[in-house]
Amino acid sequence: MLPANLELSLDAFNQLLMHTPGTAAPIPVTPVRAFPIAAPDDAIALVDNHGSERLWIEHLTDLTPDNAQRVRQTLASREMTPLILRINHVSRFATPSVWQIETNHGATELTLKTEDDIRPLPSGGYLVADTFGLQFKIPPRSQLDRQSQRYLARFL
Amino acid sequence: MRHRPPSSVLARLPLDLSADLQFVTRVLILTQEEIVLAMPEDDTVIEARWRIEPGDQLRLTDHAGLGLLQLNDANHSKAQWRFTLSHRQAAEAFAAQFNSTNAAPSSPLALASTEPAALWPEEALNDATPPSTWTLFRLWRFAKPYKGQLLLGFLLTLAATAATLVPPYLTMPLMDDVLIPFQNGVAIEQSTVLKYLAGLLGAALVAWSLGWARTYILSRVSERIGADIRTATYSHLMNLSLDYFGSKRTGDLMARIGSETDRINLFLSLHLLDFFTDVLMILMTVTILFSINPWLALVTLIPLPIIAWMIHIVRDRLRTGFERVDRVWSQVTNILSDTIPGIRVVKAFSQEARESERFHQANQLNLKVNDRVNRTWSLFAPTVTALTEFGLLIVWAFGIWQVSQGAITVGILTAFLAYIGRFYSRMDSMSRIVSVTQKTAAGTKRIFDILDHTASVPNPKHPESLSGRKAAIELNQVSFRHGNRGILHHINLKIKPGSMVGLVGHSGSGKTTLVNLIARFYDASAGSITLDGTDIRQFNVADYRRQIGLVLQEPFLFFGTVAENIAYGKANATPAEIIAAARAAHAHEFILKLPHGYDSLVGERGQSLSGGERQRISIARALLIDPKILILDEATASVDTETEREIQQALDNLVQGRTTIAIAHRLSTLRQADMLVVLDQGRIVETGQHAELLKRQGHYYRLYQAQIKLNESAELNDNEPICAPPNAAEGHHHVAS
Ligand SMILES: Nc1ncnc2c1ncn2[C@@H]1O[C@H](COP(=O)(O)OP(=O)(O)O)[C@@H](O)[C@H]1O
Ligand SMILES: [Mg+2]
Repeated sequence: MLPANLELSLDAFNQLLMHTPGTAAPIPVTPVRAFPIAAPDDAIALVDNHGSERLWIEHLTDLTPDNAQRVRQTLASREMTPLILRINHVSRFATPSVWQIETNHGATELTLKTEDDIRPLPSGGYLVADTFGLQFKIPPRSQLDRQSQRYLARFL
Repeated sequence: MRHRPPSSVLARLPLDLSADLQFVTRVLILTQEEIVLAMPEDDTVIEARWRIEPGDQLRLTDHAGLGLLQLNDANHSKAQWRFTLSHRQAAEAFAAQFNSTNAAPSSPLALASTEPAALWPEEALNDATPPSTWTLFRLWRFAKPYKGQLLLGFLLTLAATAATLVPPYLTMPLMDDVLIPFQNGVAIEQSTVLKYLAGLLGAALVAWSLGWARTYILSRVSERIGADIRTATYSHLMNLSLDYFGSKRTGDLMARIGSETDRINLFLSLHLLDFFTDVLMILMTVTILFSINPWLALVTLIPLPIIAWMIHIVRDRLRTGFERVDRVWSQVTNILSDTIPGIRVVKAFSQEARESERFHQANQLNLKVNDRVNRTWSLFAPTVTALTEFGLLIVWAFGIWQVSQGAITVGILTAFLAYIGRFYSRMDSMSRIVSVTQKTAAGTKRIFDILDHTASVPNPKHPESLSGRKAAIELNQVSFRHGNRGILHHINLKIKPGSMVGLVGHSGSGKTTLVNLIARFYDASAGSITLDGTDIRQFNVADYRRQIGLVLQEPFLFFGTVAENIAYGKANATPAEIIAAARAAHAHEFILKLPHGYDSLVGERGQSLSGGERQRISIARALLIDPKILILDEATASVDTETEREIQQALDNLVQGRTTIAIAHRLSTLRQADMLVVLDQGRIVETGQHAELLKRQGHYYRLYQAQIKLNESAELNDNEPICAPPNAAEGHHHVAS
């Protein structure tokens, strides 16, 4: 159960602090999604600097709007999974391959180290990890234009 | 936008993300007095600048593939910049430069000036490599050693094809000089007929023997090429680093090395050969046809461009289709290689039905993908056949017309029809080459995917000699990451030759990773590891590993005898050596109890032995190679206390006079270590000896206390049932008697 008087705030270093007035001093915490792919807005843990779980949030909506907003803000500034809208070009069909892509965060390029870094999602889309660890989402193939579909098919 | 370009630049960091996480490129420039955000091409186009004040710190963190650089003063964060980790090294250098020029020396990041190691050595991207069918030409590398035989095969093919073209040619004089004159009342001259018939027989015999010779030679060669590819791929695979295996699935690799090489082999020996013959035959036929009658020849060749165009159209679709077929096929084998080793778990949780279903699903997908390719394919082949029939029709029509005009003789028409029948039948089989070529190109690509992957633990060009080393190990600012996760951070450690170091820490604190780095299964992302002052990257990898004896928590035995398993690291070990090692590992006695002693088979992965027995065999294996450095990674974690005691004794033998790094869960087993190193979240938090660390009451103390408590409660649990039941039983007795 969430403590009723739970207060989440951001300090001057943009660090999320968790505070339950009357119990202990505020502690710096980090929100971590338990199912970042399957259910990004549910099941979020607030973890302290030692990696111990301090608070378990079943749904973000269980928090007060202010608190939820702060968690969202912290998550948004820490994580991103750009959604690939178009694959403009791939350097070659064998890996490693450099893809020129357009995402909802702007145009960039992605280096695919092996085909195994493309992982199918239950929703029908895919998750691609680039060499440097950034994850990109690809919508189900039917939502891509033909050119992108054709590029993608060569790696699936 | 301001003008003044930044004065003397101390460091620059390319940024590829904006503050709100959009992909934009900027560059961050560090000077003595300020940090400047500018456009990447032009330092003078400045977006923002921040003055550096005394006490400012630059903090570098990363999470989930995103880096964050913060400029902080004592009270708040003045600015933040984001980037993807492709710029991580530049960011580290930037922060290090900042902190060495500005911050107080106590800043933890002042340490970060690390010698930049190549972060992703295997990422030397080779963009120019041509894709598709051209991959097939890369097979030449394997064909080259057989040049001579291939040339011979080629000449034989040429001759054999020429021989098969003689009979239709002979039909011409047979018609015009023998049969038609006979119909017109001229008697048949026996000697002429015999001459032609002999010619037909001779051509058939020559074609037969030449065909036999060329098929034999070329099959031999292609079988060898196939074997070479398989061996080369496998040995290349063996030399790839653990990284690669971590990211690949066994079934997929098995499919590649097994069935793909087989397909290439089949392609070279059968399809390519046929295709080649066909091309030759067509060229020769065309020449002959033109020499007989150019007009008729032209008409005959009408369907040819149409077929060529069709081939061009379907080629791409087929190739991608076949690539998919291959991948899906790997998925099927993946399920097998996943579940069969885990069959005990499957059964224990009675998930047989689900696994069957999973396999069924993969098979369904396989069917679906195949169906899709076959749809294209099935339309293609009959179309070619229909076109050839159509072509034949044209020749008949045109031919009859020409004969009626007296332009050609009946003999010429028959010869044409005989030639054209062959010609078109070859067209049909030639069109099949399209699909096999595409299939093979797909397979070849998958093979070369392996071959092109260079080991991420590269061998140096001029390796240093390893002889006469005492095995002092030193880690210098070693950091390591797996993908986007930092696992070890700035590890500094000196290990004296012959001493024993115990690594302790919570599970997941990076102990195994640390010894993996020392054993060079991976290379550190930053920092260096030295052996007697020489960077371990300067040794030949295999020679270096030979200095290391490794005993893991999960001992792995290969299918084979006990003796073979013990001698795994030194195949030429004498029986006496094997027995000595087994004795020292306290394995000798139980081995003698096995039905065939040292010759007993241990089964796949040593299934027929208990955990402790397997462990002692793996200790014997490490002992036999007499390593200078010994690494024990939780060697006794998975066995009971009794077995642990025996293994511990075995280990004590092993440790003598070697530089030892031991990881143990039970801290008591590390008491005799010369130094204990406590890891927490990838950092060294304490070092010292047992007593010393206990006195310090820090991390180690807490770990130790936790274990004592655990032991006490375990003892209580052990004792209670033993104490309690006798009383109860006694009471029971009284009542009963
Ligand atoms: N191949 C890998 N990919 C990603 N993370 C890994 C990999 N191997 C280990 N890790 C992570 O590295 C950390 C340290 O692991 P390890 O060195 O095995 O810990 P220890 O041996 O101390 O229990 C763990 O958090 C683990 O999840
Ligand atoms: Mg471990």
